[in-house]
Amino acid sequence: MTFSTSRRITLLQGFALGSTLAIGLLTGRAGPASADALDDITKAGVIKIGIFEDFPPFASLGSDMTIQGYDVDMAESLAKALGVKAELVGITGQNRIPFLAEGKVDALLSIGFSDERAQVVDFTDPYAPYYIAVMGPEEIAVKGPADLAGKTIAVNRGTLEDTEVTKVAPADADIQRYNDYNGVISAFLSGQAQLMVVGNDVGATILAKDPAIKPVEKFLLLTSPSNMAVKKGETGLQQKLNEILIGMKKDGSLNDMAVKWLKQPLAADF
Amino acid sequence: MGYELDFSALAGYLGLFLRGAGVTLGLTAIAATFGIALSIGGAATARWGLGWARALVIAYVELIRNTPFLVQLFFIFFGLPALGIKMTAMQAAILAMTINLTAYAIEIVRAGIESVPPGQREAGIALGLKPVKVFIYVVLPQALANVYPALVSQIIITMLESAVVSQVAVMDLTHVADYIQSRTYRAFETYFIIALAYLAMAVGLRWLMTRAGSRLFAGRSR
Repeated sequence: MTFSTSRRITLLQGFALGSTLAIGLLTGRAGPASADALDDITKAGVIKIGIFEDFPPFASLGSDMTIQGYDVDMAESLAKALGVKAELVGITGQNRIPFLAEGKVDALLSIGFSDERAQVVDFTDPYAPYYIAVMGPEEIAVKGPADLAGKTIAVNRGTLEDTEVTKVAPADADIQRYNDYNGVISAFLSGQAQLMVVGNDVGATILAKDPAIKPVEKFLLLTSPSNMAVKKGETGLQQKLNEILIGMKKDGSLNDMAVKWLKQPLAADF
Repeated sequence: MGYELDFSALAGYLGLFLRGAGVTLGLTAIAATFGIALSIGGAATARWGLGWARALVIAYVELIRNTPFLVQLFFIFFGLPALGIKMTAMQAAILAMTINLTAYAIEIVRAGIESVPPGQREAGIALGLKPVKVFIYVVLPQALANVYPALVSQIIITMLESAVVSQVAVMDLTHVADYIQSRTYRAFETYFIIALAYLAMAVGLRWLMTRAGSRLFAGRSR
Protein backbone atom coordinates (compact mmCIF):
# COMPACT_ATOMS: atom_id res chain seq x y z
CA MET A 1 0.00 0.00 0.00
CA THR A 2 1.48 3.35 -0.90
CA PHE A 3 0.27 6.44 0.94
CA SER A 4 0.45 9.99 -0.28
CA THR A 5 3.09 12.18 1.43
CA SER A 6 0.62 14.15 3.52
CA ARG A 7 -1.07 11.00 4.75
CA ARG A 8 2.32 9.47 5.57
CA ILE A 9 3.22 12.53 7.64
CA THR A 10 -0.08 12.32 9.48
CA LEU A 11 0.41 8.62 10.19
CA LEU A 12 3.94 9.22 11.49
CA GLN A 13 2.71 11.97 13.78
CA GLY A 14 -0.01 9.68 15.12
CA PHE A 15 2.46 6.85 15.62
CA ALA A 16 4.90 9.13 17.45
CA LEU A 17 2.17 10.48 19.70
CA GLY A 18 0.75 7.05 20.42
CA SER A 19 4.06 5.48 21.30
CA THR A 20 5.04 8.35 23.57
CA LEU A 21 1.74 7.97 25.37
CA ALA A 22 2.16 4.21 25.69
CA ILE A 23 5.69 4.49 27.00
CA GLY A 24 4.63 7.28 29.37
CA LEU A 25 1.70 5.28 30.79
CA LEU A 26 3.66 2.12 31.23
CA THR A 27 6.71 3.58 32.90
CA GLY A 28 5.59 6.89 34.38
CA ARG A 29 3.55 7.57 37.58
CA ALA A 30 0.26 9.46 38.10
CA GLY A 31 1.36 12.45 40.15
CA PRO A 32 4.66 13.89 41.28
CA ALA A 33 7.47 11.45 40.89
CA SER A 34 8.69 10.30 44.32
CA ALA A 35 10.69 7.21 44.98
CA ASP A 36 9.95 6.95 48.68
CA ALA A 37 8.82 9.59 51.16
CA LEU A 38 11.48 8.60 53.68
CA ASP A 39 14.24 9.03 51.11
CA ASP A 40 12.81 12.39 50.02
CA ILE A 41 12.73 13.62 53.60
CA THR A 42 16.28 12.55 54.32
CA LYS A 43 17.48 14.13 51.07
CA ALA A 44 15.64 17.41 51.65
CA GLY A 45 16.66 17.52 55.32
CA VAL A 46 13.15 18.55 56.31
CA ILE A 47 10.01 16.67 57.41
CA LYS A 48 6.69 18.49 57.04
CA ILE A 49 4.33 17.55 59.85
CA GLY A 50 0.69 18.66 59.93
CA ILE A 51 -0.69 19.70 63.33
CA PHE A 52 -3.79 21.52 64.52
CA GLU A 53 -3.02 25.07 65.54
CA ASP A 54 -5.62 25.36 68.30
CA PHE A 55 -6.04 22.07 70.11
CA PRO A 56 -4.67 22.46 73.61
CA PRO A 57 -2.72 20.84 75.12
CA PHE A 58 -1.58 19.22 71.88
CA ALA A 59 -1.00 22.52 70.11
CA SER A 60 -1.94 26.06 71.01
CA LEU A 61 -0.61 29.59 70.81
CA GLY A 62 1.49 30.38 73.85
CA SER A 63 1.73 33.80 75.47
CA ASP A 64 4.91 34.43 73.49
CA MET A 65 2.97 33.88 70.25
CA THR A 66 4.68 30.59 69.38
CA ILE A 67 2.86 27.31 68.96
CA GLN A 68 3.58 24.92 71.78
CA GLY A 69 2.20 21.62 72.95
CA TYR A 70 2.44 17.84 73.00
CA ASP A 71 2.35 17.63 69.19
CA VAL A 72 5.01 20.30 68.80
CA ASP A 73 7.37 18.42 71.13
CA MET A 74 6.51 15.16 69.33
CA ALA A 75 7.30 16.68 65.93
CA GLU A 76 10.66 17.97 67.18
CA SER A 77 11.53 14.53 68.62
CA LEU A 78 10.62 12.78 65.36
CA ALA A 79 12.69 15.21 63.31
CA LYS A 80 15.68 14.84 65.62
CA ALA A 81 15.51 11.04 65.44
CA LEU A 82 15.38 11.25 61.63
CA GLY A 83 18.26 13.71 61.56
CA VAL A 84 16.24 16.40 59.77
CA LYS A 85 14.46 19.64 60.60
CA ALA A 86 10.74 19.73 61.46
CA GLU A 87 8.50 22.06 59.50
CA LEU A 88 5.13 22.46 61.20
CA VAL A 89 2.20 22.94 58.83
CA GLY A 90 -1.15 24.10 60.22
CA ILE A 91 -4.01 21.85 59.15
CA THR A 92 -7.75 21.65 59.79
CA GLY A 93 -10.04 18.66 60.16
CA GLN A 94 -11.28 19.23 56.60
CA ASN A 95 -8.00 19.60 54.73
CA ARG A 96 -5.57 17.33 56.56
CA ILE A 97 -6.10 14.14 54.61
CA PRO A 98 -6.05 15.90 51.22
CA PHE A 99 -2.83 17.65 52.34
CA LEU A 100 -1.30 14.27 53.12
CA ALA A 101 -2.41 12.75 49.84
CA GLU A 102 -1.06 15.71 47.85
CA GLY A 103 2.28 15.65 49.61
CA LYS A 104 1.83 19.05 51.24
CA VAL A 105 2.67 17.27 54.50
CA ASP A 106 4.64 14.05 55.05
CA ALA A 107 2.87 13.02 58.25
CA LEU A 108 -0.13 13.98 60.38
CA LEU A 109 -0.37 14.05 64.16
CA SER A 110 -3.43 13.84 66.44
CA ILE A 111 -5.46 11.66 64.12
CA GLY A 112 -7.77 9.01 65.56
CA PHE A 113 -8.25 5.64 63.93
CA SER A 114 -11.31 4.89 61.82
CA ASP A 115 -11.94 2.32 59.10
CA GLU A 116 -12.87 4.98 56.54
CA ARG A 117 -9.63 6.83 57.18
CA ALA A 118 -7.60 3.60 57.05
CA GLN A 119 -8.64 3.29 53.43
CA VAL A 120 -6.87 6.50 52.45
CA VAL A 121 -3.99 6.80 54.93
CA ASP A 122 -1.63 4.47 56.78
CA PHE A 123 -1.66 4.76 60.56
CA THR A 124 1.29 4.28 62.88
CA ASP A 125 1.03 3.05 66.45
CA PRO A 126 -0.63 5.48 68.89
CA TYR A 127 1.64 8.12 70.39
CA ALA A 128 -0.75 9.96 72.72
CA PRO A 129 -3.71 8.84 74.79
CA TYR A 130 -7.04 10.48 74.01
CA TYR A 131 -10.09 9.50 76.02
CA ILE A 132 -13.27 10.75 77.60
CA ALA A 133 -13.44 10.36 81.36
CA VAL A 134 -15.72 11.22 84.28
CA MET A 135 -13.73 13.59 86.48
CA GLY A 136 -14.33 14.91 89.94
CA PRO A 137 -12.65 16.09 93.14
CA GLU A 138 -10.61 13.63 95.22
CA GLU A 139 -13.25 13.35 97.97
CA ILE A 140 -16.07 12.03 95.79
CA ALA A 141 -15.78 8.26 95.31
CA VAL A 142 -16.95 7.20 91.85
CA LYS A 143 -15.70 3.92 90.43
CA GLY A 144 -18.19 3.21 87.67
CA PRO A 145 -21.46 4.27 86.04
CA ALA A 146 -23.53 2.99 88.99
CA ASP A 147 -21.84 5.50 91.33
CA LEU A 148 -23.21 8.36 89.23
CA ALA A 149 -26.59 7.91 90.94
CA GLY A 150 -27.77 11.08 92.64
CA LYS A 151 -24.77 13.12 91.50
CA THR A 152 -24.75 16.32 89.44
CA ILE A 153 -22.71 15.91 86.26
CA ALA A 154 -21.75 18.73 83.90
CA VAL A 155 -21.28 17.91 80.25
CA ASN A 156 -20.99 19.76 76.91
CA ARG A 157 -24.32 19.32 75.16
CA GLY A 158 -24.34 17.33 71.93
CA THR A 159 -20.79 16.01 72.22
CA LEU A 160 -19.64 12.42 72.44
CA GLU A 161 -19.33 12.90 76.20
CA ASP A 162 -23.01 13.86 76.35
CA THR A 163 -24.28 10.83 74.41
CA GLU A 164 -21.96 8.39 76.17
CA VAL A 165 -22.73 9.47 79.73
CA THR A 166 -26.46 9.68 78.97
CA LYS A 167 -26.26 6.05 77.83
CA VAL A 168 -24.64 4.67 80.98
CA ALA A 169 -25.83 6.99 83.76
CA PRO A 170 -28.58 5.75 86.10
CA ALA A 171 -31.99 7.44 85.96
CA ASP A 172 -31.51 9.59 89.08
CA ALA A 173 -28.21 11.10 87.94
CA ASP A 174 -28.65 14.84 87.32
CA ILE A 175 -26.92 15.54 83.99
CA GLN A 176 -26.48 19.27 83.41
CA ARG A 177 -25.91 20.10 79.75
CA TYR A 178 -24.10 23.34 78.99
CA ASN A 179 -23.61 25.08 75.67
CA ASP A 180 -19.84 24.85 75.61
CA TYR A 181 -16.81 23.79 77.63
CA ASN A 182 -16.67 27.14 79.41
CA GLY A 183 -20.06 26.45 80.97
CA VAL A 184 -19.00 22.94 81.96
CA ILE A 185 -15.77 24.15 83.53
CA SER A 186 -17.51 27.06 85.31
CA ALA A 187 -20.10 24.69 86.74
CA PHE A 188 -17.44 22.27 87.96
CA LEU A 189 -15.09 24.87 89.46
CA SER A 190 -17.91 26.72 91.23
CA GLY A 191 -19.14 23.46 92.73
CA GLN A 192 -22.50 23.65 90.97
CA ALA A 193 -21.73 20.28 89.40
CA GLN A 194 -19.97 17.61 91.45
CA LEU A 195 -18.58 15.80 88.41
CA MET A 196 -17.86 16.58 84.80
CA VAL A 197 -17.34 14.45 81.72
CA VAL A 198 -14.67 15.82 79.37
CA GLY A 199 -11.80 14.63 77.22
CA ASN A 200 -8.34 14.31 78.76
CA ASP A 201 -7.26 17.35 76.70
CA VAL A 202 -9.78 19.59 78.46
CA GLY A 203 -8.86 17.99 81.79
CA ALA A 204 -5.19 18.78 81.22
CA THR A 205 -5.96 22.39 80.29
CA ILE A 206 -7.86 22.84 83.56
CA LEU A 207 -5.13 21.21 85.64
CA ALA A 208 -2.53 23.47 84.05
CA LYS A 209 -4.32 26.48 85.55
CA ASP A 210 -4.04 25.06 89.09
CA PRO A 211 -7.74 25.31 89.98
CA ALA A 212 -9.32 25.31 93.44
CA ILE A 213 -11.07 21.99 92.76
CA LYS A 214 -8.67 19.58 91.05
CA PRO A 215 -10.35 17.16 88.64
CA VAL A 216 -9.27 13.57 89.26
CA GLU A 217 -10.14 10.97 86.64
CA LYS A 218 -12.68 8.50 88.03
CA PHE A 219 -13.36 6.18 85.11
CA LEU A 220 -13.04 6.15 81.33
CA LEU A 221 -16.05 6.21 79.02
CA LEU A 222 -14.39 6.00 75.63
CA THR A 223 -10.84 5.86 74.39
CA SER A 224 -9.45 6.69 70.94
CA PRO A 225 -5.69 7.26 71.11
CA SER A 226 -4.01 9.72 68.78
CA ASN A 227 -1.99 8.15 66.01
CA MET A 228 0.36 9.49 63.38
CA ALA A 229 -0.60 9.01 59.74
CA VAL A 230 1.40 8.85 56.52
CA LYS A 231 0.33 8.74 52.90
CA LYS A 232 -1.05 5.38 51.83
CA GLY A 233 1.71 3.12 50.65
CA GLU A 234 4.58 4.89 52.38
CA THR A 235 5.50 1.83 54.40
CA GLY A 236 9.14 2.90 54.72
CA LEU A 237 8.22 6.11 56.54
CA GLN A 238 5.51 4.34 58.53
CA GLN A 239 7.94 1.72 59.85
CA LYS A 240 10.59 4.30 60.66
CA LEU A 241 8.09 6.39 62.66
CA ASN A 242 6.99 3.27 64.56
CA GLU A 243 10.62 2.46 65.37
CA ILE A 244 11.20 5.98 66.70
CA LEU A 245 8.03 5.63 68.81
CA ILE A 246 9.24 2.37 70.36
CA GLY A 247 12.53 4.05 71.17
CA MET A 248 10.77 6.98 72.82
CA LYS A 249 8.64 4.67 74.94
CA LYS A 250 11.71 2.71 76.06
CA ASP A 251 13.80 5.71 77.07
CA GLY A 252 10.86 7.34 78.86
CA SER A 253 10.77 10.52 76.76
CA LEU A 254 7.21 9.80 75.62
CA ASN A 255 6.07 9.43 79.23
CA ASP A 256 7.81 12.70 80.14
CA MET A 257 5.89 14.43 77.35
CA ALA A 258 2.60 12.98 78.61
CA VAL A 259 3.26 14.16 82.16
CA LYS A 260 4.33 17.59 80.95
CA TRP A 261 1.33 18.29 78.72
CA LEU A 262 -1.44 15.91 79.83
CA LYS A 263 -0.57 16.00 83.55
CA GLN A 264 -0.95 12.22 83.64
CA PRO A 265 1.69 9.53 83.10
CA LEU A 266 1.05 7.05 80.30
CA ALA A 267 -0.89 3.93 81.19
CA ALA A 268 1.36 0.92 81.78
CA ASP A 269 0.10 -0.88 78.69
CA PHE A 270 0.19 2.12 76.31
CA MET B 1 -32.51 23.77 48.79
CA GLY B 2 -31.23 20.36 49.83
CA TYR B 3 -32.84 20.38 53.27
CA GLU B 4 -35.86 18.17 53.78
CA LEU B 5 -38.29 19.15 56.51
CA ASP B 6 -39.09 16.33 58.87
CA PHE B 7 -41.29 17.31 61.80
CA SER B 8 -41.99 13.69 62.66
CA ALA B 9 -38.48 13.40 64.07
CA LEU B 10 -39.64 15.55 66.99
CA ALA B 11 -42.78 13.53 67.73
CA GLY B 12 -41.18 11.37 70.40
CA TYR B 13 -40.17 14.38 72.47
CA LEU B 14 -43.68 15.69 73.21
CA GLY B 15 -43.48 14.82 76.93
CA LEU B 16 -40.16 16.61 77.35
CA PHE B 17 -41.49 19.57 75.38
CA LEU B 18 -44.56 19.93 77.62
CA ARG B 19 -42.37 19.65 80.70
CA GLY B 20 -40.16 22.45 79.40
CA ALA B 21 -43.17 24.66 78.71
CA GLY B 22 -44.41 23.94 82.24
CA VAL B 23 -41.08 24.98 83.72
CA THR B 24 -41.08 28.23 81.74
CA LEU B 25 -44.62 29.12 82.82
CA GLY B 26 -43.88 28.11 86.41
CA LEU B 27 -40.77 30.27 86.57
CA THR B 28 -42.67 33.21 85.09
CA ALA B 29 -45.55 32.79 87.56
CA ILE B 30 -43.27 32.76 90.61
CA ALA B 31 -41.14 35.64 89.34
CA ALA B 32 -44.23 37.69 88.47
CA THR B 33 -45.91 37.16 91.84
CA PHE B 34 -42.90 38.06 93.94
CA GLY B 35 -41.69 40.67 91.48
CA ILE B 36 -44.90 42.71 91.38
CA ALA B 37 -45.31 42.47 95.16
CA LEU B 38 -41.74 43.66 95.78
CA SER B 39 -42.02 46.37 93.14
CA ILE B 40 -45.02 47.95 94.87
CA GLY B 41 -43.01 48.25 98.07
CA GLY B 42 -40.01 49.46 96.09
CA ALA B 43 -42.03 52.09 94.21
CA ALA B 44 -43.55 53.43 97.42
CA THR B 45 -40.06 53.65 98.95
CA ALA B 46 -38.72 55.43 95.88
CA ARG B 47 -41.57 57.91 96.05
CA TRP B 48 -41.93 58.58 99.79
CA GLY B 49 -39.07 56.77 101.50
CA LEU B 50 -36.33 58.12 103.72
CA GLY B 51 -33.27 59.53 101.93
CA TRP B 52 -31.04 56.45 102.32
CA ALA B 53 -33.85 54.02 101.46
CA ARG B 54 -34.72 55.94 98.34
CA ALA B 55 -31.08 56.05 97.28
CA LEU B 56 -30.80 52.29 97.80
CA VAL B 57 -33.84 51.53 95.66
CA ILE B 58 -32.74 53.87 92.89
CA ALA B 59 -29.24 52.37 92.89
CA TYR B 60 -30.70 48.87 92.69
CA VAL B 61 -33.02 49.80 89.81
CA GLU B 62 -30.24 51.48 87.85
CA LEU B 63 -27.89 48.52 88.39
CA ILE B 64 -30.37 45.92 87.17
CA ARG B 65 -31.71 47.95 84.28
CA ASN B 66 -28.26 48.71 82.92
CA THR B 67 -26.74 45.22 82.98
CA PRO B 68 -27.66 42.24 80.81
CA PHE B 69 -29.91 39.60 82.31
CA LEU B 70 -27.51 36.84 81.28
CA VAL B 71 -24.68 38.51 83.18
CA GLN B 72 -26.90 38.85 86.28
CA LEU B 73 -27.83 35.17 86.04
CA PHE B 74 -24.24 34.00 85.59
CA PHE B 75 -23.14 36.16 88.52
CA ILE B 76 -25.74 34.56 90.79
CA PHE B 77 -25.13 31.01 89.59
CA PHE B 78 -21.36 30.89 88.92
CA GLY B 79 -20.09 33.89 90.87
CA LEU B 80 -21.85 33.76 94.24
CA PRO B 81 -20.54 30.26 95.15
CA ALA B 82 -17.12 31.88 95.44
CA LEU B 83 -18.60 33.95 98.27
CA GLY B 84 -20.09 30.84 99.85
CA ILE B 85 -23.63 31.34 98.54
CA LYS B 86 -24.45 28.26 96.49
CA MET B 87 -27.92 27.54 95.13
CA THR B 88 -29.36 25.19 92.57
CA ALA B 89 -29.87 26.30 88.98
CA MET B 90 -33.63 26.55 89.52
CA GLN B 91 -33.22 28.74 92.61
CA ALA B 92 -30.73 30.94 90.78
CA ALA B 93 -33.13 31.28 87.86
CA ILE B 94 -36.07 32.29 90.07
CA LEU B 95 -33.92 34.75 92.00
CA ALA B 96 -32.48 36.34 88.87
CA MET B 97 -35.84 36.62 87.13
CA THR B 98 -37.48 38.11 90.24
CA ILE B 99 -34.70 40.63 90.76
CA ASN B 100 -34.88 41.58 87.10
CA LEU B 101 -38.65 41.97 86.96
CA THR B 102 -38.78 43.91 90.23
CA ALA B 103 -36.37 46.55 88.95
CA TYR B 104 -38.37 47.26 85.80
CA ALA B 105 -41.72 47.01 87.60
CA ILE B 106 -40.63 49.54 90.24
CA GLU B 107 -40.27 52.15 87.52
CA ILE B 108 -43.62 51.23 86.00
CA VAL B 109 -45.50 51.27 89.30
CA ARG B 110 -43.81 54.54 90.27
CA ALA B 111 -45.06 56.11 87.05
CA GLY B 112 -48.50 54.78 87.91
CA ILE B 113 -48.40 56.30 91.39
CA GLU B 114 -47.36 59.67 90.00
CA SER B 115 -50.20 59.55 87.50
CA VAL B 116 -52.76 59.54 90.29
CA PRO B 117 -53.80 63.16 91.04
CA PRO B 118 -52.26 64.34 94.34
CA GLY B 119 -55.72 65.43 95.41
CA GLN B 120 -56.63 61.77 95.96
CA ARG B 121 -53.96 61.32 98.62
CA GLU B 122 -54.78 64.67 100.25
CA ALA B 123 -58.47 63.78 100.35
CA GLY B 124 -57.70 60.43 101.94
CA ILE B 125 -55.59 62.00 104.67
CA ALA B 126 -58.17 64.71 105.21
CA LEU B 127 -60.73 61.97 105.86
CA GLY B 128 -58.50 60.69 108.68
CA LEU B 129 -57.07 57.60 106.98
CA LYS B 130 -53.52 56.62 107.93
CA PRO B 131 -51.02 57.29 105.10
CA VAL B 132 -50.36 53.57 104.60
CA LYS B 133 -54.08 52.88 104.29
CA VAL B 134 -54.42 55.80 101.88
CA PHE B 135 -51.73 54.25 99.75
CA ILE B 136 -53.17 50.74 99.75
CA TYR B 137 -56.83 51.55 99.31
CA VAL B 138 -56.91 54.88 97.47
CA VAL B 139 -53.74 55.49 95.48
CA LEU B 140 -52.53 51.99 94.59
CA PRO B 141 -55.68 50.67 92.90
CA GLN B 142 -55.79 53.74 90.67
CA ALA B 143 -52.07 53.56 89.99
CA LEU B 144 -52.19 49.92 89.00
CA ALA B 145 -55.25 50.45 86.83
CA ASN B 146 -53.39 53.14 84.91
CA VAL B 147 -50.25 51.11 84.24
CA TYR B 148 -51.73 47.62 84.06
CA PRO B 149 -51.01 47.13 80.33
CA ALA B 150 -47.38 48.12 80.90
CA LEU B 151 -47.09 45.63 83.76
CA VAL B 152 -48.60 42.86 81.65
CA SER B 153 -46.08 43.64 78.91
CA GLN B 154 -43.22 43.51 81.42
CA ILE B 155 -44.36 40.11 82.66
CA ILE B 156 -44.51 38.82 79.08
CA ILE B 157 -41.01 40.18 78.49
CA THR B 158 -39.82 38.35 81.59
CA MET B 159 -41.33 35.12 80.30
CA LEU B 160 -39.53 35.53 76.97
CA GLU B 161 -36.29 36.48 78.72
CA SER B 162 -36.57 33.31 80.78
CA ALA B 163 -35.19 31.51 77.74
CA VAL B 164 -31.81 32.70 79.00
CA VAL B 165 -31.96 30.41 82.04
CA SER B 166 -31.34 27.50 79.69
CA GLN B 167 -27.71 28.60 79.87
CA VAL B 168 -27.43 27.34 83.45
CA ALA B 169 -28.98 23.98 82.56
CA VAL B 170 -32.52 24.70 83.83
CA MET B 171 -34.86 22.39 81.87
CA ASP B 172 -37.01 25.19 80.45
CA LEU B 173 -38.51 25.25 76.96
CA THR B 174 -35.36 26.61 75.31
CA HIS B 175 -33.13 24.05 77.03
CA VAL B 176 -35.47 21.30 75.83
CA ALA B 177 -35.19 22.74 72.32
CA ASP B 178 -31.38 22.73 72.50
CA TYR B 179 -31.46 19.14 73.77
CA ILE B 180 -33.82 17.93 71.04
CA GLN B 181 -31.77 19.73 68.40
CA SER B 182 -28.56 18.14 69.63
CA ARG B 183 -30.08 14.66 69.35
CA THR B 184 -32.03 14.96 66.08
CA TYR B 185 -29.88 17.56 64.29
CA ARG B 186 -33.10 19.17 63.05
CA ALA B 187 -32.43 22.79 63.96
CA PHE B 188 -35.05 24.34 61.65
CA GLU B 189 -37.96 22.17 62.81
CA THR B 190 -36.99 22.32 66.50
CA TYR B 191 -36.60 26.06 66.81
CA PHE B 192 -39.62 26.69 64.58
CA ILE B 193 -41.83 24.69 66.94
CA ILE B 194 -40.29 26.33 70.02
CA ALA B 195 -40.81 29.83 68.57
CA LEU B 196 -44.47 28.95 67.93
CA ALA B 197 -44.73 27.67 71.50
CA TYR B 198 -43.39 30.90 72.97
CA LEU B 199 -45.69 32.89 70.68
CA ALA B 200 -48.70 30.88 71.82
CA MET B 201 -47.75 31.22 75.50
CA ALA B 202 -47.18 34.97 75.19
CA VAL B 203 -50.43 35.63 73.35
CA GLY B 204 -52.36 33.34 75.69
CA LEU B 205 -50.85 34.90 78.82
CA ARG B 206 -51.55 38.40 77.60
CA TRP B 207 -55.18 37.54 76.84
CA LEU B 208 -55.60 35.90 80.24
CA MET B 209 -54.11 38.82 82.16
CA THR B 210 -56.06 41.40 80.18
CA ARG B 211 -59.30 39.56 80.98
CA ALA B 212 -58.28 39.43 84.64
CA GLY B 213 -57.47 43.13 84.50
CA SER B 214 -60.87 44.13 83.23
CA ARG B 215 -62.38 42.19 86.16
CA LEU B 216 -59.95 43.61 88.74
CA PHE B 217 -60.26 47.17 87.62
CA ALA B 218 -63.92 47.12 86.64
CA GLY B 219 -65.56 50.48 86.63
CA ARG B 220 -62.41 52.51 86.05
CA SER B 221 -62.36 54.95 83.20
CA ARG B 222 -60.24 53.21 80.58
